[in-house]
Amino acid sequence: MGLEILGITVLWLFLFGYVIIASIDFGAGFFNAYSILTGRSHILTNIISRYLSPVWEVTNVFLVFFFVGIVGFFPKTAYYYGTILLVPISISVVLLSIRGSYYAFEAYVSKGHKGYAFAYGGAGLLIPASLSVVFTISEGGFVEIVNGGPQLDYWKLYTSPLSWSIVLLSIVAVLYISAVFLTWYAWKAGDQPASQLMRKYALIWAAPLIITAVGIVYEMRSHNVERFEMMGNLWMVFALSAILFIFTIWCIWQKRHYGLAVILLILQFALAFFAYGFSHYPYLLYPYLTIHEGFTNTEMALALVIAFIAGLCLLIPSLYLLFRLFVFNKGYVRGERKEHV
Amino acid sequence: MINEEAVFWSRVLTETTLSFHIIYATIGVGIPLMIMIAQWVGIKNNDEHYILLARRWARGFVITVAIGVVTGTAIGLQLSLLWPNFMQFAGQVIALPLFMETFAFFFEAIFLGIYLYTWDRFEDQRKHLLLLIPVAIGASMSAVFITIVNAFMNAPQGFEVLNGELVNIQPLIAMFNPAMPTKVAHVLASAYMTAAFVLASIAGIRLLQGSNHIYHKKALYLLMKLGFIFSVATALIGDFSGKYLSEYQPEKLAAAEWHFETEEGAELLLFGVLEGEDVKYEIRIPYALSILAHSNPKAEVLGLNEFPQNEIPPLYIHYLFDSMVMIGMFLLFVSLVYIVAMSRRWSFIKKRWFRWVVGACGPLSIIAIEVGWWLTEVGRQPWILRGYMRTEQGATTSGSVDLMLLLFCILYIVLGIGSIVVLRRMFRKNPIEREIAERHADRKVK
Repeated sequence: MGLEILGITVLWLFLFGYVIIASIDFGAGFFNAYSILTGRSHILTNIISRYLSPVWEVTNVFLVFFFVGIVGFFPKTAYYYGTILLVPISISVVLLSIRGSYYAFEAYVSKGHKGYAFAYGGAGLLIPASLSVVFTISEGGFVEIVNGGPQLDYWKLYTSPLSWSIVLLSIVAVLYISAVFLTWYAWKAGDQPASQLMRKYALIWAAPLIITAVGIVYEMRSHNVERFEMMGNLWMVFALSAILFIFTIWCIWQKRHYGLAVILLILQFALAFFAYGFSHYPYLLYPYLTIHEGFTNTEMALALVIAFIAGLCLLIPSLYLLFRLFVFNKGYVRGERKEHV
Repeated sequence: MINEEAVFWSRVLTETTLSFHIIYATIGVGIPLMIMIAQWVGIKNNDEHYILLARRWARGFVITVAIGVVTGTAIGLQLSLLWPNFMQFAGQVIALPLFMETFAFFFEAIFLGIYLYTWDRFEDQRKHLLLLIPVAIGASMSAVFITIVNAFMNAPQGFEVLNGELVNIQPLIAMFNPAMPTKVAHVLASAYMTAAFVLASIAGIRLLQGSNHIYHKKALYLLMKLGFIFSVATALIGDFSGKYLSEYQPEKLAAAEWHFETEEGAELLLFGVLEGEDVKYEIRIPYALSILAHSNPKAEVLGLNEFPQNEIPPLYIHYLFDSMVMIGMFLLFVSLVYIVAMSRRWSFIKKRWFRWVVGACGPLSIIAIEVGWWLTEVGRQPWILRGYMRTEQGATTSGSVDLMLLLFCILYIVLGIGSIVVLRRMFRKNPIEREIAERHADRKVK
């Protein structure tokens, strides 16, 4: 296995990590805002803030890790994506900033401020939409080389059914992932009403998830036949992912094995995410940039891999400690003590 | 293909983001160390006041960290969005420190979360101290790595250019470039110094406002001692930076000092106004520039006239240099006076006017950080990668940068105002007197 494959696999893994934990975070913000709107905030707010508080900063680092890593392993992506994505990514950054800072403001000072909650929830739905533009663009067909430099065709992007399908899928997936996770988390906290409410949301968002996912496969077919065929070669993995999805729903429907449901959910998305990523091979930006052309020099790649392994030796025990203390700590999850500094 | 307008707006946007970010980033590097020291002093002296100090600083720190994180994410992405050509070129050489910075940040984020949310979970205060060590290390290390990236831009090495291609890349040689030791040391020392003075300012202002609690006095004395130590360190390293500049970036030093003619026994210029090539109203210190540059009053210092006109940085950086040094000296002096006065029991430090001086230390140190960075960044113009790539070659060609500038300016105004309002409210709502009273009440119950 070449270093470039290793590099992109590691980056894809971190992006997947971000997709999952950020989805929980974004969805939680939305459910929180929605519960305030429908007068049910007393059911959800506590459980949501207890989970989110110690991890929101860590969530953000996964994203930073991805974009720093991809420029490191594939410096040419900085040129291509950097040039074309100025506007969409700037908007994402502003939304992320609003979210990150309002989160701190709200959690520490003006608890229960409705304006913050709505800004927070709204930003949570807009961020996946704005970030998913990158996936759409990577499919090819929206970038032209003009005067030797890449340029994004905004009109084509905004009028393409594919880009809107991807936006829809990202939002629905966020809500679904978040609902399944919070069902389990609330159940673990012994918070029956919150768990039941989240269970309902999980079931509600399951149907649109499958519809949008199928929709994208359909759109891909008319958008880019070659890419569609690359995905078709991996149909077994996508099918397996769909089976796991059905099992997850079954667990939740049966009102038991919520922990198993979360594991199945993560597996389901991991399979789909990696199959999607793999079907991209060897392109980083279809058809201009492949991972072989864009790869950094061997010396730097080796140095990065070594740094990465050393970093993991620090990170994995630390992350384990974080989870032990918050997600898997009964006293903390149940909110028995007020332990915030 | 260079888009002049995009180059200009990219520079403005990068400067705006960084200028806003470094306020929070500097505090974010320095404060964990202060919290750690307060916690340690509290444990050592068995003094609850210092533990409370650590706790209350940590609470305020969360807000500054939040802004630091989001603006840091912004600049991280803007590097690629505004300077895609630069990142493509330099990314091959400096990816390693950038990558390691993320790890340091990761490490800090994890332990900060643990530290903040396990308060009162452990009976033993020493466990809190243990959690703070990785936070402080992570914060300082991310400053180290990101400063290494900046040092590389000032003194690129560790690669060769062959027909426009980078070859023979040595990541470690690139990291340990000549600019790195002084830059990293200066950044760390000045960040600790700034954090000490910012916190001292708060104590000073609370005393001014009439809260005469011993808690503020303990805080102030501790912080003034720390501030003194770190300002001495900053000044010393600043002197080394001067020697580095004369060796590797003489044009920056010459521009900062308005030193036009190469000469031996060069004078140092303080203040002054430039009219053409004539300097007016300045104070001249004989031999001082030679001493700053080479530790030898007779040594020769290169003048600006030796360099091609299109490789000279803007001359206004002299004012930045003066402001930075003057503020640094002033802060060093104030903290020294305070420490001496405390040991000699001079009473003027309890006067209102001196409290005002203490109160000004925090904002002044932030100003010094800002002008210091403007000096070092503008001082390497016209290069983005000194000697290899000019700034305009690195910039994006996109036509929407001005619009993005507007967007980000609004964001920073909102974040800036928001963070101040939130911090004020946080401490107003829960004054120290009440918290001390509550904690003593807790103890009696036990």
